[in-house]
Amino acid sequence: MELQVTNSPFNQEQAELLNRLLPGLTDVQRMWLSGYLTATQGAALAVQPGTAAAPAATAAAPAPAAPVSKEVTVLFGSQTGNSQGLAKKVSSKLEEQGFQVTLSSMGDFKTNNLKKVQNLLIVVSTHGEGEPPDNAIPFYEFLHSKRAPKLEGLKYSVLALGDLSYEFYCQTGKDFDKRLGELGAEQLTPRVDCDVDFDEPAAEWMNQVLDSLSAGSAAVSVSVGETSAITGPSVASEYSRTNPFRAEVLENLNLNGRGSARETRHIELSLEGSGLQYEPGDSLGVYPENHPQLVEELIAAMGWQADEAVTINKNGEKTSLYEALRTHFEITVLSKPLLEQAGKLVPGSKLKDFVEASSQQELRAYIQNRDLLDLVQDYDLKGVPAEEFVQVLRKMPARLYSIASSPQAYPDEVHLTVRTVRYEANGRNRYGVCSTHLAERVAAGDSLPVYIQANPNFKLPENPDTPIIMVGPGTGVAPFRAFLGEREETGAEGKTWLFYGDQHFATDFLYQVEWQRWLKDGVLTRMDVAFSRDSAEKVYVQHRMLERSAELYQWLQEGAAVYVCGDESQMAHDVHATLQTILMQEGGMSPEEAAEYLTRLQQDKRYQRDVY
Amino acid sequence: MSQEKHYPPHDRPHSDVEAIKRRSNYLRGSLTDTLEDRITGSIPEDDNRLMKFHGSYMQDDRDLRNERNKQKLEPAYQFMLRVRAAGGVVTPEQWLMMDRVAQKYANGTIRLTTRQSFQLHGVLKWNMKNTIREVNESMLSTLAACGDVNRNVMCNPNPYQSDVHGEVYEWSRKISDHLDPRTRAYHEIWLDGEKVIDSRELEGEQEPIYGPVYLPRKFKIAIAVPPSNDVDVFSQDLGFIAIVEDGKLKGFNVSVGGGMGMSHGDPKTYPQVAQVIGFCTPEQVIEVAEKTVMIQRDYGDRAVRKHARFKYTIDDRGIDWFIGELTERLGWQLQDARPFHFDSNGDRYGWVKGSNGKWHYNLFIQNGRVKDEDGYLLMTGLREIAKIHGGDFRLTANQNLIIANVSTQKKKKIETLISEYGLTDGAHYSALKRNSMACVSLPTCGLAMAESERYLPSLLDKIEPMLEEAGLRDDDIVIRMTGCPNGCARPMLAEIAFIGKAPGKYNMYLGGGFAGQRLNKLYKENIGEAEILDSLKPIISRYAKERHEGEHFGDFTIRAGYVKEVRCGQEFHA
Repeated sequence: MELQVTNSPFNQEQAELLNRLLPGLTDVQRMWLSGYLTATQGAALAVQPGTAAAPAATAAAPAPAAPVSKEVTVLFGSQTGNSQGLAKKVSSKLEEQGFQVTLSSMGDFKTNNLKKVQNLLIVVSTHGEGEPPDNAIPFYEFLHSKRAPKLEGLKYSVLALGDLSYEFYCQTGKDFDKRLGELGAEQLTPRVDCDVDFDEPAAEWMNQVLDSLSAGSAAVSVSVGETSAITGPSVASEYSRTNPFRAEVLENLNLNGRGSARETRHIELSLEGSGLQYEPGDSLGVYPENHPQLVEELIAAMGWQADEAVTINKNGEKTSLYEALRTHFEITVLSKPLLEQAGKLVPGSKLKDFVEASSQQELRAYIQNRDLLDLVQDYDLKGVPAEEFVQVLRKMPARLYSIASSPQAYPDEVHLTVRTVRYEANGRNRYGVCSTHLAERVAAGDSLPVYIQANPNFKLPENPDTPIIMVGPGTGVAPFRAFLGEREETGAEGKTWLFYGDQHFATDFLYQVEWQRWLKDGVLTRMDVAFSRDSAEKVYVQHRMLERSAELYQWLQEGAAVYVCGDESQMAHDVHATLQTILMQEGGMSPEEAAEYLTRLQQDKRYQRDVY
Repeated sequence: MSQEKHYPPHDRPHSDVEAIKRRSNYLRGSLTDTLEDRITGSIPEDDNRLMKFHGSYMQDDRDLRNERNKQKLEPAYQFMLRVRAAGGVVTPEQWLMMDRVAQKYANGTIRLTTRQSFQLHGVLKWNMKNTIREVNESMLSTLAACGDVNRNVMCNPNPYQSDVHGEVYEWSRKISDHLDPRTRAYHEIWLDGEKVIDSRELEGEQEPIYGPVYLPRKFKIAIAVPPSNDVDVFSQDLGFIAIVEDGKLKGFNVSVGGGMGMSHGDPKTYPQVAQVIGFCTPEQVIEVAEKTVMIQRDYGDRAVRKHARFKYTIDDRGIDWFIGELTERLGWQLQDARPFHFDSNGDRYGWVKGSNGKWHYNLFIQNGRVKDEDGYLLMTGLREIAKIHGGDFRLTANQNLIIANVSTQKKKKIETLISEYGLTDGAHYSALKRNSMACVSLPTCGLAMAESERYLPSLLDKIEPMLEEAGLRDDDIVIRMTGCPNGCARPMLAEIAFIGKAPGKYNMYLGGGFAGQRLNKLYKENIGEAEILDSLKPIISRYAKERHEGEHFGDFTIRAGYVKEVRCGQEFHA
């Protein structure tokens, strides 16, 4: 197997050089090189001779944390290549997690090694009238013969491929499963049988296997136990930030009633078939598209042609300029490096002078609320060829949103709560790139490139009886919809208290009927709301907290965990100060003691924040 | 519970509402708490039942109901607040207060009702206390504007006979005051009055007339001054018809058992016209009213609310039973009824001079809705008039407004304002429009089945050309519309009426008496606009050609055989 951009951390050029070099090395040279790299970089870069996929996998994994003691053997019996492909996929996933994987066709596997195997994964298809694929037959027969060894201590799992229209559906897989059990081996996870459309159940099986193995490794490897237990489920998909899943939009509606100054979209996405998993508190990354009008205006301002081809990545892939500016590059945010690089594109430009002559502060002031269109107009950059210009642009980054759904309540779905950002600045209407994209140009049936961003630092208490206090004004309430959905589905009995606020009761009470139902059903113990524009004096969540200070302090004393989500600059700060005030007022603490109390809460994971 | 034996029928369990009233501790319920609940703009159903006694009920903007449901928002809950003034007489200061609270707390409009009251719509729960407080500070009240009690006592605002009118108005106010609920709950809840710890200790004293469960159903009283029957006295549970001889008020004929409400598809429910049973002197009128209310309290049906109005109490037992019961409770007999005559139940528009030398201007206000529109600043105009007006305002039973008791010196100024703001007495409208009434209906009324206030004007626009063509533009024809059969605009007494059945569909009624003396009858069922117009057109053109001298439209439709005459409520469905 060759190194490629897609299966290694190397770029095209590096991969080509390595591919030219590595196959020609002698064993001694390889070992020397391996030692040299280890010594010079101080990192374990365990290049395994003979397993071509290994360098990429081990290099990608955080070396010190990898539970290297865990070995997994993956055997496949494949006729058309499907089982083989899936076996490879699960192997690379395992390697990413730091497992040592032996991947082999059943036909190639030396049966006398079976006794040494600790974890065995079998991916096998069934053919004809319940027969094993050709390359599985020797192993199948060995295992069913008297020579088969006792396999106590072996953990195994079977992924069986088949076709439901046949009588002996997945028979070979079933046979392996049964026989391994008879030999004393223990199921790691239950067998999964797949029909011809195997992607989804296979992905599910992989997730289960990975979970199970990760949990197992956590037990033997104390140092990484906590993090892997928490992040485990979130990383078990083939989709990631670099390979986002195109999630179908199931619903996209405005949560704000008529007459509101706000627009908040409730978006439901399908994760079906992605294998993506998440927990309440996690975020979803969404790749947006730039506003077509801004793209058109930028192209017009520069005198470019929308259909001219430009290079969009280091691999040299090309697409039309219009497409490139719409989906591949960031054009709404300016930065100092961008200004510097853009300045160099035009010899003797005013921009270069401006960047060099300006203080940090002056640059910041300019950058604020301006975009690329402003830049090219203000500094007359017209004339720079598009191909040159796009090379200084940053790749479009994803936007992260706190997930508003519990996967228990909405399996295979993920919900977002997104406030549309629109404002006027420097003489033009400005738009939040992602929020307006979602609000204006995405409808049910469309799809969005997404991935899960785990957030281990914003998680429900492990103890379902622990009371929780949630402070989430505006869209900050999103993760608490997930929290309460989770607590409802799992039957957790801990008390819950939500502080929510926005501008107007009548139009801005996000998810109002859901909180009402949860209050009625007891999932939500109490709720306090503050609507800042409904009364002469502006009332915010922290005011409501203070009004309830005695009770709130009581909850803290009972061990409640506090969660704060939403605006960082104002709200989170005010809420923090209010908590401190409550501790002083109700607990008789000095300011220092109150601050210490909050620090201790944070250390105990009883005070978690997801603020932005 | 010992009181229950007084409230027949004994053999059927009382309705839920009776239980709510009984345990409400004289209309308190949990209102104080539920008004404070910040999570919802609504109040629970039990409290809403009690809220009516305080002059309000919860509604929601039905135009937004589905939309908000999708948005995961509760319905746009809001409160209708009814402000009553006996006889519909208010001072300019009170008018300005209504104008102010309508802008500040309600939807920026004022609705004049068919019972000479004000209605505010769209008041949010959080604003209810302040609104009611401001209303009370200006000496008006919302107490008992709705609910199972005596409602606003209506009175003819006829400015022709203002000496008598003044006297009649005083009696209407006295009856109203006498029948006001006595509970302290209203003060406690809205005006921060002191709490009575357990008012049940004061049972018996608290509500000497009503008792702890109040009436089985609403109760309506009006006083008419012939020849105007603008208050539709025959639609009332209890009516008084002023008998004026030699310019002096001699007393009142007493009429009982009228009422409008019915339910579609339930022939056991029907509208009824009141029967005149005798005459009493002015000094006796309060006693007659009190005893009548107490008879209904004791004999009204508390099991089935649809059957709880006073008209059924009387119809079930017969008028002789009632006269006997009343006589027994009064300890004396009513005199024989005196002759009277009603001309019409409409308003007389424009300027008239009263016998006190003061001027009165009767404005036409379409469907009673006071608001500013593009090109017609009715609300602003009235505000400006109220600022300089030294007399009073009178709300008519036809949802119009009289700028009353204008001195000759002030008349010019007011005329200037009237013309400046284009306020109108409706003279340039068709007589049909001037004689039209519609209830509020959609989007706020929870009972509405079809549009009414928002639809009648456009229907009138389509009927008017037919009248023009037939040469009937200036002939008074009473036309009324409601969105449901509960009868707020008293449609069952109109010559032409439409009662909503479903969106865009109405039952059409013909044959009501021009002076409100006769019920109309179903002509066509469940029809839309096209069929309404097709049905009316030939009748109108025949009426123009074939009517007798002075014959009203309603009378004609009976003579011409379109509908049968309805002599009493029991014949309404026959």
